[in-house]
Amino acid sequence: MARTEALALARGGQAATWWRSNATALLFMMPAAILVLVFFFVPVLLTIGMGFTNIATATGLAGWQWIGTANYEQIFRGAFTGLIARNTLVYVVLTLSFNVIVGLTVALLSVHMADRAGGAFRALWLLPRISPSVVYVLMWTWAVSPPPFGIINQLVVPLGVAPRFWMNTDPWPVVIFVNGFVGASLGMLVFASAIESIPEDLFRAARVDGANAWQIVRRITLPLIRWPILFVLVYQTMSLLASYEYILLTTNGGPGLYLTEVWSLWAFHTALQSYFGNLEIGLGAAMAAILVLVGLIVSALLLRLFRFNDLVAEPRVEIT
Amino acid sequence: MAFRWTSAIPYLVLLAFTLPILVLYGWLLYGSFFPRMEGLKPIGAFTLENWRFLWAPETVDALRFKAPIIPLTINTLIFSLSTALVVLLISSMAGYALSRIRFPGRRTFLAGVLLLHSFPSVTLLIATFLVLRQLRLYDQLVGVILVKTAFELPFGIWIMKGFFDTVPWDLEMAALVDGAGRFRTWWRVVMPLVKPGLLALGLLSFVSGWNEFLLPFVFMPSGNQQTLSVLIRGLIGEGRFVDYGLVTAVGLYYVAPILILFFFAQDRLMKIYAGGVKG
Repeated sequence: MARTEALALARGGQAATWWRSNATALLFMMPAAILVLVFFFVPVLLTIGMGFTNIATATGLAGWQWIGTANYEQIFRGAFTGLIARNTLVYVVLTLSFNVIVGLTVALLSVHMADRAGGAFRALWLLPRISPSVVYVLMWTWAVSPPPFGIINQLVVPLGVAPRFWMNTDPWPVVIFVNGFVGASLGMLVFASAIESIPEDLFRAARVDGANAWQIVRRITLPLIRWPILFVLVYQTMSLLASYEYILLTTNGGPGLYLTEVWSLWAFHTALQSYFGNLEIGLGAAMAAILVLVGLIVSALLLRLFRFNDLVAEPRVEIT
Repeated sequence: MAFRWTSAIPYLVLLAFTLPILVLYGWLLYGSFFPRMEGLKPIGAFTLENWRFLWAPETVDALRFKAPIIPLTINTLIFSLSTALVVLLISSMAGYALSRIRFPGRRTFLAGVLLLHSFPSVTLLIATFLVLRQLRLYDQLVGVILVKTAFELPFGIWIMKGFFDTVPWDLEMAALVDGAGRFRTWWRVVMPLVKPGLLALGLLSFVSGWNEFLLPFVFMPSGNQQTLSVLIRGLIGEGRFVDYGLVTAVGLYYVAPILILFFFAQDRLMKIYAGGVKG
């Protein structure tokens, strides 16, 4: 009796000590922890869970049932699934290529000119990223609008190209360019700072040895920035897979049925902006769950690749 | 002489690459001050007519059934300022603890933050919709601010932890030894030392909040608390009879604060964009 009491007391004392020594840290962490819990942790679980239900606005959100893997079966048997998967691949591969090639070109050129000029060019390339998406898309909408208005038509007609309504006739190039001019700036900034951290001696030595500009880029710069390049490739693959804002604002998945619809936009349309009135949240969640899983896997891979253990090292000095 | 020519090549090539951006922004500026544009050619004489939404909004047809622009601007400002302030407060608290204090769960939380930092949060919008409804915050500015803050948080915590890591221990140690509590030390001693970092993160969150389209568009459908991005989307989205004179003026009005901020703080912003990858 007395022993158990003493034990309980000791345990209580332990809890009190534990609390005393950690209370400050936990209070500091509390607001962040709550927001992460409510807006990341719960939504991830909900997305995965809802994917196995038929929750929809037609049944008033309340009258839902578990339906097993029916949503996934519907997705994989769907008539448009192949088309949308192909669209997603086209979108990610082409936009990513544009981002990396243009980002690299701008970075290489801008670091090899006078500081001020290079900085000005990089600032210009950052404009699409820091501008509101609606205003940026507005400018593109104008550029590709039908004659006599569109800027592109005005420029290409003298070259003998027939004027057209580019958004309808060539939606893919429009989507890729709209996204590409935003995305390229990420690679540009990351690559530029990586190139600037390469010791100047290496370039000087190569020039002394008679290497030309292309050889220097090919043999020195590119091998030395392969990690930043890999980082941008993996990172942007994932964010492109999940992103749909600029497509939503330009073609909204059209013209016609699903011509430029990508997976993430499909999930969005199904669950939150359906043409058919009924929001099939369960089905959309199943679509999103696939992306969530891909996102989690790629994020984890990124951490592995980029020396995660160094990043989370314990604080060096500790005072209590 | 030949040397001169080759050294101009990078400039010319880069200029050619950058031309589309220059043309797009040039058009926006130009288009808002002329009655009509055909491509890059203005039709008619210079005018302020497109800007009359500021002083005579009742005479603009396209705005007749829209929320008035000044309250929308104030909403946008409230949205982006609150997002920035809450992000600053919460991420500097968590960033400080993660940088300075050893506590159970630190490693897990840090791993989580890093994971979320590269995780595409837009995939969670469908579930967030239900969470907001459950919290009775759907269709309310407060709800959207919370979601936006949460989405910015992994980046903010990570970057603030980095800033705190660079602060030397001595000052803080002195304060703690003198008997000041952790909160007091954090607020009075350490926070002033990371002011440049706070400014950079604050700017970034403000810009990101000011520009936000998807969250207010999806989570505040009813309109009286809408932001400027949704208004402009509405103006463009109305089919082929878009009044481009008006839309360019409203668009320029909307993007101007960002361009001005960017002009004065570009070094700071570029550094933080490069260091803390997002988007």
